[in-house]
Amino acid sequence: MTIDMSQFFQVFFDEAEEGLAEMEKLLLAVDVADPDDEDLNAIFRAAHSIKGGSATFGLTDITEVTHVLESLLDRIRQGQMALTSQHVDAFLAAKDIIKSMLDGHRHGATVDLEAVADVRMLLQSLSEGGGKKTAAPQALVGPGGVSRYRVELPQLGERETEALQQELGLLGKVEKLAAEGSLCVFVVDTAKGVDSIIEICSFLVSTDDLKVSQAVAAPSKEEQQGYGFFAPFVPQDATDEERGYGFFAPFVPANATDRERGYGFFEPFVPLGDTEQGKLQAAQAIAAQGAHADHDDASATGDHEKKKPAVAVHESSSIRVGIEKVDQLINLVGELVITQAMIEQRTGALDPMLYEHLLNSVSQLTRNTRDLQESVMSIRMMPMDYVFSRFPRMVRDLAAKLGKRVEFVTHGAATELDKGLIERIVDPLTHLVRNSIDHGIEVPEVRLTAGKADFGTLSLSAEHQGGNIIIEVTDDGGGLNRDKILAKAKQQGMAVSDSLSDNEVWLLIFEPGFSTAEQVTDVSGRGVGMDVVKRNILAMGGAVEIRSSKGFGTTISISLPLTLAILDGMSIRIGHEIYILPLGYVVESLQPATQDIKEISGQGQVIKVRGEYLPLIPLYQIFNIEPTFTDPSQGLVVILESNGKKAALFVDDLIGQQQIVVKNLESNYRKVAGISGATILGDGGVALIIDVAALLRSSRLMSDESVFS
Amino acid sequence: MSDNMSKNISGFGEKADSTGNEFLAFTLGKEEYGIDILKVQEIRGYEAVTRIANSPEFIKGVVNLRGIIVPIVDMRIKFQLGEPTYDQFTVVIILNISGRVVGMVVDSVSDVITLNPEQIKPAPEMGTTFDSDYLIGLGTLDERMLILVDIDKLMSSADMGLIEKLAA
Repeated sequence: MTIDMSQFFQVFFDEAEEGLAEMEKLLLAVDVADPDDEDLNAIFRAAHSIKGGSATFGLTDITEVTHVLESLLDRIRQGQMALTSQHVDAFLAAKDIIKSMLDGHRHGATVDLEAVADVRMLLQSLSEGGGKKTAAPQALVGPGGVSRYRVELPQLGERETEALQQELGLLGKVEKLAAEGSLCVFVVDTAKGVDSIIEICSFLVSTDDLKVSQAVAAPSKEEQQGYGFFAPFVPQDATDEERGYGFFAPFVPANATDRERGYGFFEPFVPLGDTEQGKLQAAQAIAAQGAHADHDDASATGDHEKKKPAVAVHESSSIRVGIEKVDQLINLVGELVITQAMIEQRTGALDPMLYEHLLNSVSQLTRNTRDLQESVMSIRMMPMDYVFSRFPRMVRDLAAKLGKRVEFVTHGAATELDKGLIERIVDPLTHLVRNSIDHGIEVPEVRLTAGKADFGTLSLSAEHQGGNIIIEVTDDGGGLNRDKILAKAKQQGMAVSDSLSDNEVWLLIFEPGFSTAEQVTDVSGRGVGMDVVKRNILAMGGAVEIRSSKGFGTTISISLPLTLAILDGMSIRIGHEIYILPLGYVVESLQPATQDIKEISGQGQVIKVRGEYLPLIPLYQIFNIEPTFTDPSQGLVVILESNGKKAALFVDDLIGQQQIVVKNLESNYRKVAGISGATILGDGGVALIIDVAALLRSSRLMSDESVFS
Repeated sequence: MSDNMSKNISGFGEKADSTGNEFLAFTLGKEEYGIDILKVQEIRGYEAVTRIANSPEFIKGVVNLRGIIVPIVDMRIKFQLGEPTYDQFTVVIILNISGRVVGMVVDSVSDVITLNPEQIKPAPEMGTTFDSDYLIGLGTLDERMLILVDIDKLMSSADMGLIEKLAA
């Protein structure tokens, strides 16, 4: 039976990437002086799972690097070494390298082999810098798929030894142990057989003088796989056992010292006169041991079996599904919601006395549908943390590179956004953050002169506001320089005048090719970017806004609609037409008294609501509808709020509140001013959803109908 | 039969090759038109539409076609042909133009006809209400003359205003 390995590869790549991201996050958060054990363990686990996985899939280059990384981490974790910022840097570098190797395997991207070697060297030298206490157990570590061999040779000349070490290095990881008497001892980790080792050594020494032995039981097939699969579930306190046994370790109760000793009989080196047999023996022995344990200690076995699923359940708290499956599910639920609304509407006309049971069931169906819909929608939602978590590293590196001190703060990382949007917001945000550090925040000297703290603060925040998510990148740097932007704009031949308002000036930086950086750095300044940022955001149906104050910093505010398939809507009627208002914008609705409606000559009407004058938007005029009422005091007004702006929308009637499935108008038609989408009503008809934000944005220009034509 | 047909097509020239040679015939006013049958998704009766405010008059609005929102264009208004009346006999041809679904109101649909290349004559310059850019030619079948419309081009054209110009 052949198994399509590619799907497993995909899973491994995904997992490895997650692991790396997690590792990076923890590394950045770790307090060097007083690292949290839990964090160190988590970092270790991440490295360990990647190692296990990569070994299972035969990606030995990754295994090697992670192995060194893991060993070093392990020693720090066990307190044999103090964590230093040097370590953290090395770990971060290793993370990058592993990422690049992963990409290399995954997309065929080129991998900088030199950098890989450098990182390995760095990690190795760091790990040698500490105590040698763990050297012995270390020697026994056999990452899954890779066997460890001990090669003993007669003492050779220094050059020859070096050459040999390099040659052996081609097979895998080589470690030269201190010479023991007249012997020169290497420990080789390789996936290749013992024959390859002998072949290499035979160039220098006769095979008779050569002694190659296997340092740890060669992984049997099961063990190899088991290693990969179970490694992530290893309880933290079981690492010692794990070293020795890979497969069994996770299920060894911490107090099983007797059995631990029993396992000891594998530890002595198995001489490899006949390699195959040696492996076989080892495999058999392991199997026998397993069987033995089962037989011997029934209660302990029961324990294993109980533990196994328990651990699995606990750890596999997420599953991977293709996004298209989720989308299909969402679409289906969308249809279900429409159908449910139809049933509700049709049963609404029935006599509640006669059809009590039916109506009860329908209301239960309504509840269930709603719950189902919420659960399904939440599948696609991801916290903004997914995006935010990539920035601390970038900020740190960039600030260091530019000689600036930046404190990075995030707010609202738990704010959820659709996965599709979250992925698309990463690039624009990255760009904005880079810009803020490069152009916004000043170097410490300048900041001190300006009377500010020497470290700048860069904050990323996300919050829901009605049907939108507002993402802001704020720095407390120098702010945008109006004169400079204007001068530059003129220089580039843009039609600008000095009388532009600040906001208009700020928007110039979104023009293609615009950059005020005096010199092009590799960070920014080429002038491509801000226009792309803006375009990306507009493409997502969002808007960008800049607030800047000279000397105090800049805030770039991105507002994205939660253009998600489903929203709570309020249906309103004007004449014979029904429109939907997204409920998020609706503050209240009321029937105004005649004396509260004031006319402002040429500007339309305003309405006084609790001492506040709000512009009155007569929807029937905007949409050219024949209304039932033209006097607001006869109809109703709905008070809407968006981005701090309020207005009163004059409608004929409120019909009700329901969940609606947002359908895109653009997919078959085009964007319509004042309309953000459409939905299907319970009767199968179509109702348009009013783009409240746009309506309010232009509410000042309401008398000018050209806005909507 | 189909063998014959493919032979016919082979001598039909590039343009016709891509449009096929079966046409759906419909009438607008007194004129008879033909469009490539492969662009037609289905034919439906006219049902209540939801008006889109401030849209051109010939765009009647949108309807719900099994969960998708489909704009409806009344060709009689667009080309000032015939009387735009809406009753149970009014027909909507649902077209699928490169993935976009659009409904087109016409006076009536008559049949599907097969035209050989030699039955298709180039349209004269002065021609018809349609810009000759959107015409494939004039099809003749016995006494009938069909104005063959490149519906793809017509529906995607700017003056239909159905598809937003790509604001790249």
